[in-house]
Amino acid sequence: MIAPALFFSACLFAIGVMGVLTRRNALILFMCVELMLNAVNLSFVALSKLHGVSGQVFVVFVMTVAAAEAAVGLAIVITVFRHFRTVDMAALRLLRG
Amino acid sequence: MAVTHPLTGTVAELIWLVPLLPFLGFLINGVFSLSTAYLPGPLDPSQDPTSGHSGHTGEFAAVQATHHGHRHRWERATTIIGPAVVILSFLLAAAIAVTMIGAGSEAPFIQRYSTWMPAGTLQVEWAFQLDHLSMVMVLIITGIGSLIHLFSIGYMREDPGYARYFAYLNLFVVFMLALVLGANYPVIFVGWEGVGLCSYLLIGFWFSDSNNADAGKKAFIVNRVGDFGFLIAMFLLWSNLGALDFAGVAAKAATFPVGSGVITAICLFLFLGCAGKSAQMPLYIWLPDAMAGPTPVSALIHAATMVTAGVYLIARSSFLFALSPTASLTVVIVGGVTAIFAASIALKQWDIKKVLAYSTVSQLGYMFVGVGAGAYTAGVFHLVTHAFFKALLFLGSGSIIHAMHEAYHEGHAHHEDAQDMRNMGGLRHAMPWTWACMWVATLAIAGVPVFAGFFSKDEILGELFERAHGSTLANAHWLGIPGSAILYVFYGLGLVTAFMTAIYMTRMMIYTFHGESRTDPKARPHLREAPWIMTGPLAVLAVLSAAGGWLNLPEWFTEALPVGRGELLHHWLEPVVGPATVALTGAEPHTASSAEFALAAVAAACALGGILVAYLVLKPGKLTSASSSPEAHGVARMLEKKYFVDEVIHTLLVSPVIRVSRTLLWRGIDVGLIDGLMVNGSATVARGIAWVGARVQSGLVGNYAWAIALGVLGLVAVMTFG
Repeated sequence: MIAPALFFSACLFAIGVMGVLTRRNALILFMCVELMLNAVNLSFVALSKLHGVSGQVFVVFVMTVAAAEAAVGLAIVITVFRHFRTVDMAALRLLRG
Repeated sequence: MAVTHPLTGTVAELIWLVPLLPFLGFLINGVFSLSTAYLPGPLDPSQDPTSGHSGHTGEFAAVQATHHGHRHRWERATTIIGPAVVILSFLLAAAIAVTMIGAGSEAPFIQRYSTWMPAGTLQVEWAFQLDHLSMVMVLIITGIGSLIHLFSIGYMREDPGYARYFAYLNLFVVFMLALVLGANYPVIFVGWEGVGLCSYLLIGFWFSDSNNADAGKKAFIVNRVGDFGFLIAMFLLWSNLGALDFAGVAAKAATFPVGSGVITAICLFLFLGCAGKSAQMPLYIWLPDAMAGPTPVSALIHAATMVTAGVYLIARSSFLFALSPTASLTVVIVGGVTAIFAASIALKQWDIKKVLAYSTVSQLGYMFVGVGAGAYTAGVFHLVTHAFFKALLFLGSGSIIHAMHEAYHEGHAHHEDAQDMRNMGGLRHAMPWTWACMWVATLAIAGVPVFAGFFSKDEILGELFERAHGSTLANAHWLGIPGSAILYVFYGLGLVTAFMTAIYMTRMMIYTFHGESRTDPKARPHLREAPWIMTGPLAVLAVLSAAGGWLNLPEWFTEALPVGRGELLHHWLEPVVGPATVALTGAEPHTASSAEFALAAVAAACALGGILVAYLVLKPGKLTSASSSPEAHGVARMLEKKYFVDEVIHTLLVSPVIRVSRTLLWRGIDVGLIDGLMVNGSATVARGIAWVGARVQSGLVGNYAWAIALGVLGLVAVMTFG
């Protein structure tokens, strides 16, 4: 049962990575990051079958941190939108060398 | 427990005070000089508008500017302190000499003060060695030095650099004393370099004229070549003999066979040093230019003391040269060639100081012939008498130049070259004291009997002749040429040189003092004798030049006339150079007194013949002043231009060096390689890297995410498959 769960987790993670790499809208990037986190959560749960309950404990921690991260991240996105009137990441190039 | 030296506890313990006194003088006069440099006033020589065009050498340029100005701020104090310290050290040295004669010691008296280089087995100490040879030199340096310091008062008093002059002169005496008193080669080297420094400072004393500054640099650079030889000799001594002090080297050298290659190499390198310092071929070129300095400096440094340091060093290292007939013959050859070469140049010089300069080079050559032939006593004897009469000649010429300048100045005449003999003539009426003293010196240097130079020169030639048959030297070979042939040839050349010496000295006297005056008529009535402070030292030196021969009268002379004991200097120096002399001559060969008398008669005939020829041939009446004289032709032109040696050296050495320096070293390496490639190049590389780095920083989050993702992928790949 572990192998299909890990495969599914890897698929979710890859979808998240591809979203982060290819999309330009900050909100969608954000959701992709969440997707990656959840993929990792899935693999934690699956592996807890082998290594004991600590994997499930980790999942709770990850969800807590993800919630905090979502709060901060959304606040930044809103501030960025107020300042630049857009959330298109390709338009934000202030750090160009 | 070693036997205590007879000089222990006597005044000889105070030998450290002899150089220390002039050093105090240097400090005090130096402070005086700096105080005026710090508070420049109307005496600043660089403000002087006349310094550029007066005379060809620029001597007195600064003096004229201040004739109506003020003397140096500390003129009185300098006048007292400058000469007094040297006179005091002379008195102390004389007291030590008297003690030494009384003690009758044979071994050197060595005083160790502190360790200088304690490096493993190399122990170099600050130590002074007082023995018979260094005592003679100390007396000459402080004695002649005192007279020249006194003369300088009259000569330099009006100069704005008066205190600086005495500071340098005092410092010179310090280093010269260190040179002759040093108990090992490194201490000698300190003195050796120190006198070179003072010589440089004093040649370029009137440095606002670039000719004088260039002459100083030339002397310093040419001396570097010689000093390189001295250094190599010391390295060789240390690596092969393991000692640098004289006693240690002498003990170790005794274990080497005669003619060993190592000793010959050491001697030849030492002689290279001597050739530089004592102006021998091919390094003599700096000495004539050194006449750019004040004339008393020429007398003290470039005639009486510093330039004889090479002769002293060879006499001091006699235990080494005695082991190497090849090196000794080299010294004879170089000295003899230099003597006749320089004498021939002196025949056609017009500058009175240039005549004396080439004469000095020539007489130094004589001394080297003496010490090279193992006649160490004769060489040192000629060194002593030469110090007397050459110092007198230079001071006399200084007196003349001084008078000429004053006359040009007071007569408001056009300033012509005050050193050119064509502008002189008839000076004996104006300057009777200088005239008389200089004639004594001329007779002495020419080698006229009973004057000092006769005995010393005759002794060198006589010993050369004596050694040419049957001695160790005569049996040795130099590049395949038998030693006896070399010695006979150089005996002959020595006679020719003596003949030429008599001619050029008489020529100088006739053109300067006799005949009609060729000085500008406006300046003529203002020519007058120098003050007593200048003529006094001349008179003392004249007595010494006349009677200096008494130091070492030959036996045939004392046998014939009841004038006291003969060969005083010979017996005095016996403990120092005696063994080496015997080693080079074989069993002491002694020519019969009659033969010695015949040799002396030949030498005297050369001297008198030279004077006679000069009198008959030279026509001072036909001379015109320097500005209206025609160009010389043929041989005369070649001699007047000094065989074009300076021009040849300029073409072959100086200008290639300048050209290589300018194109390769300056434009190529300095500007191109260091500035272009390294300094600016590193900046360019940094800027290029920064440019690439800046392009990477696109500012797009997506790009950074790609970079991170690819990096992670790479890491995973390495961990999985690596």
